[in-house]
Amino acid sequence: MQTYDLEADGLRGLNSSLQAQNAETNQTRWEIVNPKGSHAIAVGLDAPIEVTVKGSTGYYCAGMNQQATIKVEGSVGPGVAENMMSGQVIVDGDASQYAGATGHGGLLVIKGNASSRCGISMKGIDIVVHGNIGHMSAFMAQDGNLVVCGDAGDALGDSLYEARLFVRGSVKSLGADCIEKEMRSEHLEVLKDLLERAGSDAKPEEFKRYGSARQLYNFDIDNSAAY
Amino acid sequence: MCGIVGLFLKDQSLAPQLGNMLTDMLITMTDRGPDSAGIAIYGAEVEGKTKITVQSPNPETDFVGLADELGKSLGATVGQSDNDTHTVLEFPTGQFETARAALTEIRPSVRVMSRGERLEIYKEVGLPKDVADRFNLSSMSGTHGIGHTRMATESAVTTMGAHPFNTGSDQCLVHNGSLSNHNSLRRKLRREGVTIQTENDTEVGAAYLTWKMMNGATLGEALESSIDDLDGFFTFVVGTKDGFGVVRDPIACKPAVMAETDQYVAFGSEYRALVNLPGIEDARVWEPEPSTVYFWSHNDSPTTHEKAA
Repeated sequence: MQTYDLEADGLRGLNSSLQAQNAETNQTRWEIVNPKGSHAIAVGLDAPIEVTVKGSTGYYCAGMNQQATIKVEGSVGPGVAENMMSGQVIVDGDASQYAGATGHGGLLVIKGNASSRCGISMKGIDIVVHGNIGHMSAFMAQDGNLVVCGDAGDALGDSLYEARLFVRGSVKSLGADCIEKEMRSEHLEVLKDLLERAGSDAKPEEFKRYGSARQLYNFDIDNSAAY
Repeated sequence: MCGIVGLFLKDQSLAPQLGNMLTDMLITMTDRGPDSAGIAIYGAEVEGKTKITVQSPNPETDFVGLADELGKSLGATVGQSDNDTHTVLEFPTGQFETARAALTEIRPSVRVMSRGERLEIYKEVGLPKDVADRFNLSSMSGTHGIGHTRMATESAVTTMGAHPFNTGSDQCLVHNGSLSNHNSLRRKLRREGVTIQTENDTEVGAAYLTWKMMNGATLGEALESSIDDLDGFFTFVVGTKDGFGVVRDPIACKPAVMAETDQYVAFGSEYRALVNLPGIEDARVWEPEPSTVYFWSHNDSPTTHEKAA
């Protein structure tokens, strides 16, 4: 176990140490103490290592992650796991706005609530939120799964492409071109697997599925007067 | 960007440390606003007295004999307490308008930063640390206070463009964001007779709240109607004689985090601003909801009002 004191030794040293790890490293477990809300903790990692942050973080924690498993024992500021490619990011507390934005792959688990714009423009990442999510979540989401065990805020899935949205609680309102869709057995299987991996005991049957009505994909000449 | 901090004490044994805690929070927010900084602090009240904080670009000449001259105009004893470019003048309640008119005659270059029974506002151009040092903010005590670090976008970097803005007696406002309809609103408010001194967007926001309250709205009602009438991005923190309030626009892209313990309620643009507060490890920490007005007062229990979108 490597322990890094962020307050004493600085952010640049932390990220360069973590980014220097590779598949053959013996330093597979890292603990970061005194994060104190700092920004850009553990970004750009590309090795199968485990990093635990002992406390809450600021902006862009665990951004651009590949392969690594990053656990935050606290809450995270805006843009956690932004543009994640693979690996896992687990947040014990809450997440601020645009959690998992533009993510291409991997799994982001938020055990508390996520605020606005969760999963905005997601491109293949899986996101499981144990609590609620805020407004404009999954805006222009292209691929991947967003699972919400609580409630969703206004304008869920506005201008959605092919991401799948699963919500157990209420949805305050759906965004443009987002509709409720039939839950088929293949969706229940995807959902079961994600809930298990995210450590949630919610039952897949309790969720509703939402997706794109695909009415905004092509320009409709009847709408030309609207521009 | 811009940074906002706020601290409302429930446990008054912390009052002597209020300035110290707020200053630490303010300096942590330097990255978000290195252009200018300011603080509004609610201290002790003297029965029957009103105080105004005034600023001058030439304090070494303007502040000499100021209390005596103002006292002659008012026919009353005026207290004066200088602090760098600012001085606090204290006089009998009810004489504010007379005092303001007199000041424009006897000291044309001083500007009124705040008025109230408890409120004092200190703000200047420069790094938050330098601003805090010149006013010795960390030595101030009080029941609650708010602070702001500015990264200017809508108007010039000047003392008058710095926050907090005084919106009425013992009321003030700080703002993170930008208002896009401030020019048309400024014209409208000026036609209504509201004084607006600069081209700054936040001053228009502050003047809007003043105007609403002049027409009978409570501060809570004025904040709720601001969600309809102000176009743009805002996280506002307002100070009142007894407490403070928070409101965010419906888009809520300007950050906000709050923490509450048995001893205090704290606001920060980022969690970083809160990390040195006592007992923060066990505080309830949350992000205020969009379009929702939050209030904490020493007189009442906390309230929230959600505005239907």
